[in-house]
Amino acid sequence: MPDTLLRVEHLKKVYESSTGNVEAIGDISFQMQPGELVCIVGPSGCGKTTLLKCIAGLLRPTQGTVELDGKKVTTPPPNMALVFQEYGRSLYPWLTVRGNVELPLRHKKLSRDERDRLIDDALTAVGLDHAAKSYPWQLSGGMQQRVAIARAVAYQPEVLIMDEPFAAVDAQTRADLEDLVRRLHLDRGMSILFVTHDIDESVYLGERVIVLSKSPTWVQEDLAIDLARERDQITTRALPRFTELRTHVYEQIQRAKRGEAVRPAA
Amino acid sequence: MTLYTSRVVVPRRRSQAWKRTGGNILYAVGLPFVLLVLWGIWATVSPEKFFPGPLVIAEAFVDTWIGPAFFVDVLPSLGRLALGIILSVAIGVIAGTLIGLTRWLRELLEPLLEFFRAIPPPVLIPIVMLLMGITDAMKVAVIVFGAVWPVLLNTIDGVRATDSVMTETARSFALSRGERLRYLVLPSASPRIMAGVRQTMSVALILMVISEMFASSSGLGYRIVYFQRNYLIAEMWSGIVLLGLICILLAAIFSIVEKRVLRWYHGIKEVERA
Repeated sequence: MPDTLLRVEHLKKVYESSTGNVEAIGDISFQMQPGELVCIVGPSGCGKTTLLKCIAGLLRPTQGTVELDGKKVTTPPPNMALVFQEYGRSLYPWLTVRGNVELPLRHKKLSRDERDRLIDDALTAVGLDHAAKSYPWQLSGGMQQRVAIARAVAYQPEVLIMDEPFAAVDAQTRADLEDLVRRLHLDRGMSILFVTHDIDESVYLGERVIVLSKSPTWVQEDLAIDLARERDQITTRALPRFTELRTHVYEQIQRAKRGEAVRPAA
Repeated sequence: MTLYTSRVVVPRRRSQAWKRTGGNILYAVGLPFVLLVLWGIWATVSPEKFFPGPLVIAEAFVDTWIGPAFFVDVLPSLGRLALGIILSVAIGVIAGTLIGLTRWLRELLEPLLEFFRAIPPPVLIPIVMLLMGITDAMKVAVIVFGAVWPVLLNTIDGVRATDSVMTETARSFALSRGERLRYLVLPSASPRIMAGVRQTMSVALILMVISEMFASSSGLGYRIVYFQRNYLIAEMWSGIVLLGLICILLAAIFSIVEKRVLRWYHGIKEVERA
């Protein structure tokens, strides 16, 4: 049994404002092993992004801890990379595609050759080696998100965190990008924490799906997805097991929305 | 079929492009040319002492400025102007970045900055003259004092308006302070900064002339006032023409620099419009 990569324990986040406190996250605990692809789904407004920001060290939780590799996360850890939903605001338009991928590598102590190799490798992995000299705004939305993924891949993180990365791209591009994520996970053994509001996507991508309740949020279900490792947009999605799992998650989300699920006493 | 069309279309497009640039030049030069001709005709029909014709002024221009006066009056003026602009931009960007990124500094200084910006800079000339004497440094100081504000305030605003997702990206990849400044804060503020630089340049030109009119023994402003007081009317007008030409030259230099610095910005605008 490998050591736990990511451990979230009794995480709670309360936003304080002049109009009163808002409890976004009630009590979330889960763990993630190295090499896993875990999807987090929940009803809209359940604090998925808040959870991610706490995990990434961008937000300080009110209570509870996040540990990455046994180290408590208080500031953004160097062995974690993020892919945001808003690719247009996450890539820097004044840098070329290559410049964007290179940026986080600048302060890593790497030789010129090593750095170039990482950049080329990451761009090839996302199929954008031909567009290295373009600027992000010259590319389509799907390609821009590929650049953001390449940037995260070149950074060589131990865990890749994706915050609804494909919410803003069209359905066909989305299918391609989902397969890209699966391939990165299978070929490179990357550990990926993938947040989405799309139930199909979570079942298709994940090896585990964590269903969140509505706000104040807790983990309503931690579901293992027992589909084959190799997945295919057409055959996998047509499997009866896929439909079962999808229906199950869908029902859980519906229950979460109605607030029917009862939080177990801690 | 496609090949055939493209063969036919390409040369036509090229000639259209030529026509368009030709047309643009005609438009740009046309009206000034017509006005010059009208002015020339008017000046010959009814000669006026204080409004000489364009040919007289052109002659005075060549006689006055091409020769030693260029080194005695024009170059020192341009030198002070250049120094004033460079100092204004440097001070404005550095101080603006500091103030924009430091919250308490900003809250402390903002009312004060607004006050200083509201003072018309020429009224400071007598004071600076008393403090610094009639020197080159005094004139540069006057230029900087008046011209620094647009860059400074625009930099503060631009630095503050850094996009939150871009900032989070920088934080999540643990970019160092210097890297964040170099690759995020300054580029993202650069459209605002450049807009400030444009204003700074025109204010600097005005202050250069005024500071020389007040107290000087050389420079363009001094020379124009000198001509006026000695009834050398055509020479005076030629000085004004020279100022206009300097203004155009400055604008051209600015536009070249701006196109390079903000290539990405104009590129995005173009994509958005298409």
